[in-house]
Amino acid sequence: MALITIKNASMGYEGKTVLSKLNLTVNEGDYICIVGENGSGKTTLMKCLLGLLQPTAGSISFGDGLKQREIGYLPQQTIIQQDFPASVSEVVLSGCLNKRCTMFYSKQQKEMAADNMKLTGIYDLGKKCFRELSGGQRQRVMLARALCATQKLLILDEPVTGLDPMATADMYALIKDLNKNGITIIMVSHDVNSAVSNATKILHLSRNNYFYGTAHQYLHSDVGKKFILSDCPCDDCRHRAQGGVHNV
Amino acid sequence: MFDFIAEMFSYNFIVRAFIVGTLVSLCAALLGVTLVLKRYSMIGDGLSHVGFGALAIAASLNLAPLEVAIPVIIIAAFLLLRLSENSKINGDAAIAIISSTALAVGVISVSVSGVNTDLNSYLFGSILATTKVDAIMCAILALIVISIFVLFYNNIFAVTFDETFSRATGLKTNIYNTVIALLTALTIVIGMRIMGTLLISALIIFPALSSMRICKKFKSVILCSGVLSLCCFFVGMCASYKLDTPTGASVVIVNAAVFLVFWLVEVIRTRIKRTD
Repeated sequence: MALITIKNASMGYEGKTVLSKLNLTVNEGDYICIVGENGSGKTTLMKCLLGLLQPTAGSISFGDGLKQREIGYLPQQTIIQQDFPASVSEVVLSGCLNKRCTMFYSKQQKEMAADNMKLTGIYDLGKKCFRELSGGQRQRVMLARALCATQKLLILDEPVTGLDPMATADMYALIKDLNKNGITIIMVSHDVNSAVSNATKILHLSRNNYFYGTAHQYLHSDVGKKFILSDCPCDDCRHRAQGGVHNV
Repeated sequence: MFDFIAEMFSYNFIVRAFIVGTLVSLCAALLGVTLVLKRYSMIGDGLSHVGFGALAIAASLNLAPLEVAIPVIIIAAFLLLRLSENSKINGDAAIAIISSTALAVGVISVSVSGVNTDLNSYLFGSILATTKVDAIMCAILALIVISIFVLFYNNIFAVTFDETFSRATGLKTNIYNTVIALLTALTIVIGMRIMGTLLISALIIFPALSSMRICKKFKSVILCSGVLSLCCFFVGMCASYKLDTPTGASVVIVNAAVFLVFWLVEVIRTRIKRTD
């Protein structure tokens, strides 16, 4: 059974349909990047996966013991958070609220938060104020919070927006590590080149159409070739550049 | 000092006003933290203007003030919340329109009906206006607000910090927003007769803003703004008795002074940090 199965789904908002007849499955351990032009429905698809929007037709079903509210979500940061007075541990702990809503966090939840803070390398910042952190540190805090909400699947919305090259590389390395540890990743990204080199599968959305396949297949698809600026270094492409026949 | 306080509290109306004012200050401060952080500060201001309009109409039609004002202001709270959430309409402009219209309706109904009520006391508050019913309602309201903040503290934090994430993890964020707007509406209706239409929103905004200058944790911001609000109300009320100044305005001035001090502390602190 797949983690997520999308069957013949149409999605949209305010009466507009942006995605139609989408069929795909997400398996455990996948690292999927969703790419595409602005307005192609990346955010809409993500909202439907999270249950913030309902598909207008078709269905999205969850398997392998995944519940919709147990998806770890890393949203884009909002203006509200820029000057929000909260400690790092307060923010991370708030990821545990999908398990049990009680007056106080249990010892177990506190341990989980501490583990996830160690995992994302922000354990020492626990008492610091969120608004005093750098952009990269903030994203790690948000990632630790998302990890508190899930054991299986992370959905990341442009996680490297606004980060410097160093912090971006760190973030990608961290996400890759999490994926190696068995967490399925779905990431919305504008950074197609990194998407292709990091992800195992690419979902390219464009108006009225979509591509879903491995990163390798994507590089050699028509839509992928148009979207990627750099030359593909693989043997097939070099062969083709030299006038050979391409057979992927 | 003690003689002065004892003398002040020997008047029944002052004791009543003190009880109502303290409880309203506390409720406003707690609710204010989430409202200010969510950029909903102007909702408080809008609601108080709507409340003024309702009170004025009630007075000119000879109806009981609270029975008219409470339902009107609750409806306005829902409306303003929807407007602020709806990104299509410019939220703050919509609030400005609603509040000035309500104010205009109030002023006209007072002048047309020729009711012999002092317009000043609606606009700037009057310590004589509180009744026993106010005190009882206020106590109930404070009990509800405090218990919601204690019982659902973690969820309130989550919804304030990141509504989308909270919704994705299954929290019913709409319910929280609605409850907060509802409680804010009630706090304003009860508080506006002491503090005045034009000044009540200060009770919501100032304590939260002051605490945010120096506190680094959400929990400490909430506790600090509750305590600050109580202290400011007490000092403001004593000052207004001693100096014979209007109560509402005196409380606001004390709040503003505290904000200034906290802001200075923040500025000095960041300077010191930078030179380190």
